[in-house]
Amino acid sequence: MTESLFYFLASLTLLCALMVVLSKNPVHSVLFLIITFFTISGHYVLLNAQFLAAVNIIVYAGAIMVLFLFVIMFLNMSKAGDSKIKTSTISKFAGAIAGGLLFIVLISALKDASVVGYTPETYNSQVGMVESLGYVLFTDYLLPFELASVLFLVAMVGAVMLGKKEEGESHF
Amino acid sequence: MESVDLLYKAIYILVIFGITLLIATYSTYFERKIAAFIQDRVGPNRAGPAGLLQPLADAGKLFFKEDFIPARANKALFILGPGIAMLVATMSSAVIPYGDMLLVDGREIYLQAIEVNIGVLYIFGVVSLGVYGLMIGGWASNNKFSLLGAIRAASQNISYEIAMGLSLIAVLMMTGSLSLREIAAQQAGFNWNIWYQPLGFLIFLVCAFAETNRTPFDLPESEAELIGGYHTEYGSMKLGMYLFAEYINIFVASSVMATLYFGAYNFPFMFELEAWLVDATDSVVTANNIVTLLGVGFMFVKIFLFIFFFMWVRWTLPRFRYDQLMKLGWKILIPLAILNILLTGGGILLKDYLF
Repeated sequence: MTESLFYFLASLTLLCALMVVLSKNPVHSVLFLIITFFTISGHYVLLNAQFLAAVNIIVYAGAIMVLFLFVIMFLNMSKAGDSKIKTSTISKFAGAIAGGLLFIVLISALKDASVVGYTPETYNSQVGMVESLGYVLFTDYLLPFELASVLFLVAMVGAVMLGKKEEGESHF
Repeated sequence: MESVDLLYKAIYILVIFGITLLIATYSTYFERKIAAFIQDRVGPNRAGPAGLLQPLADAGKLFFKEDFIPARANKALFILGPGIAMLVATMSSAVIPYGDMLLVDGREIYLQAIEVNIGVLYIFGVVSLGVYGLMIGGWASNNKFSLLGAIRAASQNISYEIAMGLSLIAVLMMTGSLSLREIAAQQAGFNWNIWYQPLGFLIFLVCAFAETNRTPFDLPESEAELIGGYHTEYGSMKLGMYLFAEYINIFVASSVMATLYFGAYNFPFMFELEAWLVDATDSVVTANNIVTLLGVGFMFVKIFLFIFFFMWVRWTLPRFRYDQLMKLGWKILIPLAILNILLTGGGILLKDYLF
């Protein structure tokens, strides 16, 4: 049951991720990316990591993707109707070469990697629950956790600095 | 899970689904009646006794209207928009505990569709998806006013989600659990969260109004400037779906507020009543079931009061201007919510220190 569900979800994930790249309309791409996030959340649920699944939906599908959609809809506004992206031959070649290089790097990295299995006897099914996750975050990984939050704060201050109105600039 | 349990669960889910749709249907009727009362009019009174069949007449009208799709609209997304709005609206009631536990044939039946230990996050995630129905519909219409409405909806929802989440954190700090059943159970009797979190509740209430796009936050569909906003191009039942989804959202927001702050199915003196009933009927099962059903009744009374409040505000307050809306969200509600978190944390520490 779980295994067939996994294969279903995995194929759906790959299909939607491919459609993100292949669809001509940027809004369709974003919508496929949202579905991809949902299927990834489905994988988290299969791994019994409910907290990660929910946060993935809230942060990525619920907030960041809305902003993506927001920007793309605004950019499309001027030439509504024909929203096909035109790509030159050079950029197609450049994309193919860059993607191929990345593919080679991934293959060489994964070639020697060993798959870490798990032993059913010692496996703790509660490891993905919010209580255990919070406990680990605030004990073993306290410093990285706090550093990440400081990093977010810096990014936020930077965004405010960039978006701030200059003195004397007219409002709207 | 046994098949009998599964059957009970399926029946319960269908009942809740039906109740959600029924309440949303009659919200439209009561909205017009309350508007009429506030404006000293009579309101709908032709269809059936006291106009009670008005929602059916409205639905019939919407179904029989021509299903129109603009020529240059993105057809697939145009149809998908209202569907997503409806789907997302009906999803969130799954984790809300409408009642405690019923004992039937020695089985414990919890009156909650699914119990997950991240119930609050589930609701939050579903609410944050609600904006997609509006955005997709508004964009696919290929109309500037629709697009402006959709963009307004998106920025408004994102802005108020932050304050909403922060006001929820104070509740979570007190209860120490993300499960809605647990949060409801901790407010037993008259020990409701509203007594400890008045500021948090106020912030949550304002954000709930903004998330459901209700007046005074109905900027996405402000008819004066945007001719109806994101659903300008919609007609027939697709428009009906959007309006219906709004009423379902009101019902769900009311349920969430009742659960988180107003004690869910708990009511004062419930334990005294149960003890008295055990004495009177000589049966623990009957006493428990009576108290549980009474609790369900109280839950729905609270929900109806909140729905009435939504309507009362709609016909009382005028709409915000857009910059006022953003200022309220970012410069007032978020700092207040952070202050509320600090106060709650201080209160918890002080309580540990003193007692």
